[in-house]
Amino acid sequence: MTLPKVRVPYLLLFPGFAFLFTFFILPIMNLAQTSTQTAIVGGDTGQYEQSFAFSNYIDAFLENREQFYRSFIYASLATIFALAIAYPLAYAIAFKSGKFKNILLVLVVAPFFTSFLLRTVAWKQILGEEGFLVPTLRSLNLMGEQTTITSTAVAVVAGMTYNFLPFMTLPLYASLERIDPRTIEASGDLYANAITTFRKVTVPLSMPGVVAGTLLTFIPAAGDYVNASILGSPNTKMIGNVIESRYFKIVDYPTAAALSFTLMAAILILVTLYIRKAGTDELV
Amino acid sequence: MAIDPIDARGDLRLTRITKTYGDFTAVDDLTLTIPKGSFFALLGPSGCGKTTTLRMVAGLEEPTVGSIHLGDTDITTTRPYQRPINTVFQNYALFPHLTIFENIAFGLRRRGVKDVKEQVDKVLNLVELPHLAERKPTQLSGGQQQRIALARAIVNRPALLLLDEPLGALDLKLRRQMQIELKWIQREVGLTFVHVTHDQEEAMTMADTIAVMNEGRIEQMGSPVDLYDDPETAFVANFLGQSNLIKGKIDGNDGDSLVIDLFGQKISMPKSRSHAVDSSLYAGIRPEKFRISRTGSTVRGNVLTGGRIEDVSYIGVSTQYVVAMPWGQELMVFEQNDDGVPPFNKGEEVVISWEPNFTFGLRGDEDIEAGTEVDPEQLDE
Repeated sequence: MTLPKVRVPYLLLFPGFAFLFTFFILPIMNLAQTSTQTAIVGGDTGQYEQSFAFSNYIDAFLENREQFYRSFIYASLATIFALAIAYPLAYAIAFKSGKFKNILLVLVVAPFFTSFLLRTVAWKQILGEEGFLVPTLRSLNLMGEQTTITSTAVAVVAGMTYNFLPFMTLPLYASLERIDPRTIEASGDLYANAITTFRKVTVPLSMPGVVAGTLLTFIPAAGDYVNASILGSPNTKMIGNVIESRYFKIVDYPTAAALSFTLMAAILILVTLYIRKAGTDELV
Repeated sequence: MAIDPIDARGDLRLTRITKTYGDFTAVDDLTLTIPKGSFFALLGPSGCGKTTTLRMVAGLEEPTVGSIHLGDTDITTTRPYQRPINTVFQNYALFPHLTIFENIAFGLRRRGVKDVKEQVDKVLNLVELPHLAERKPTQLSGGQQQRIALARAIVNRPALLLLDEPLGALDLKLRRQMQIELKWIQREVGLTFVHVTHDQEEAMTMADTIAVMNEGRIEQMGSPVDLYDDPETAFVANFLGQSNLIKGKIDGNDGDSLVIDLFGQKISMPKSRSHAVDSSLYAGIRPEKFRISRTGSTVRGNVLTGGRIEDVSYIGVSTQYVVAMPWGQELMVFEQNDDGVPPFNKGEEVVISWEPNFTFGLRGDEDIEAGTEVDPEQLDE
């Protein structure tokens, strides 16, 4: 049987649409519905009814402002640190690694072969009392006997920086690798020294990678709760931790849903502003 | 240093330059002077060292041995951005993130030139593309990109402009047009152009002086006419156009002429055009210098008898013949179709004749195949 040509694209799109509809559109509509529910008077824990209580959003936000701000500050810091580490790394892999290029790329992705949770727990050990770092710093008198690294913001940001580093490195590598080395030579030929060449040619040409990498790091980092719960303390709670505890522990579905939507909206607005500002019309 | 290299002007002198990569010698003891204001071509097959030479002049490679001077300034180890030299790269290497205007202004801005706009507009007019100033390079055709790459280099008025196979990516028609334009622009701006190419026609059309390179050395240097008319080696004879090289012996002197024995037939040639070192030599004659006549007709000059037409290709302005000689060699003959005589037919018995002055003599121990094979794999270096 031959299909009319017009139907083929729809047919090809169908599995994807069906999947997204079932596992994204429907749940998100459900979540939206939940976000405006209120507890049934006299009902059991976890029993809610629809009452279009949009005030849920205001209450949820006001109650958790601090965690919201913290999430965006931690995510921004992790993104900046990841960029600072990943740029030289991606640059070296793209231009200076020679025959080791493929091995280095595999090493960048290698952490994905173990679980995200396990790696974060490993960081807890590295930064903890029994790790080598704390005793070393203490013996060098760089750290007091009472201070710790775990349970602090430093540990949470460090964990996020580490965990999202590959998401920063790979797009950066991809865009650096695509730069024609002759344009770098041409810049030198046209009276630009190495620093000017980097600023005027290499960085602008790697902007698509910078934008993609920072987004791929910032978005999951802003919603992350694993790093904060394993490496942090109650004082470093992020919005992800709040949503998690509202949902699974307190069984306060409407607040968890309202917070999720607020987080989504905030990320969307920030990302839109960022892309506008970065002016990446050539973001491919 | 007494003179700032960025202001150095004058002839470019390469002195005993050698460049090796591991075991491979890319450039071998090369000495060369390129006079100020000339259009100079480095011509040779891929891997002959011409691009390496150019990159050493640009400062993108450092010679293993030897020195490079521009005027009186030694620039051997000067960084590329400190040399008054600009390059038109093989694939143009325009900056994709900048507009055409900013691409051209790049060098001026780096040197802190005021009034960038006036100079950029001037070169945009010179290359006849002023309307493209605000476009991005990817929106331009290959020919337009080529001109912008040229404009981006000449706007700096460098002491030396290097062109690395600048027309290689263009189609034949556009290439012909650009050859004429480049030559015109060079005269217009009066800069020294050093042009690297494997295309002998391109080199001959544009350059005042050509250095033919082979295996890291210069085979011969001279004007296009000198190189074509009086090649000194089999490589040059074959790489620039086509040549018939016939094995012979010097049989004696006759005033300013040599008498040569070619498989029993005597010819003569000017002594000054022989590069033989002993009595054995190859007599070289360009295919278009030959005349073909029917056996028995009266002919002037040097004559070789006993030829037989082996193949005829009619190509409009001329007819190309392959003529088998009694000693087994096949000679190429190009005849202009300007005398109303119908072409000869395959199998006809003919005599071949030519003016003695057109003969050139090569050493008898030359490899007469040198410079004939072109490996298509290597054409794109």
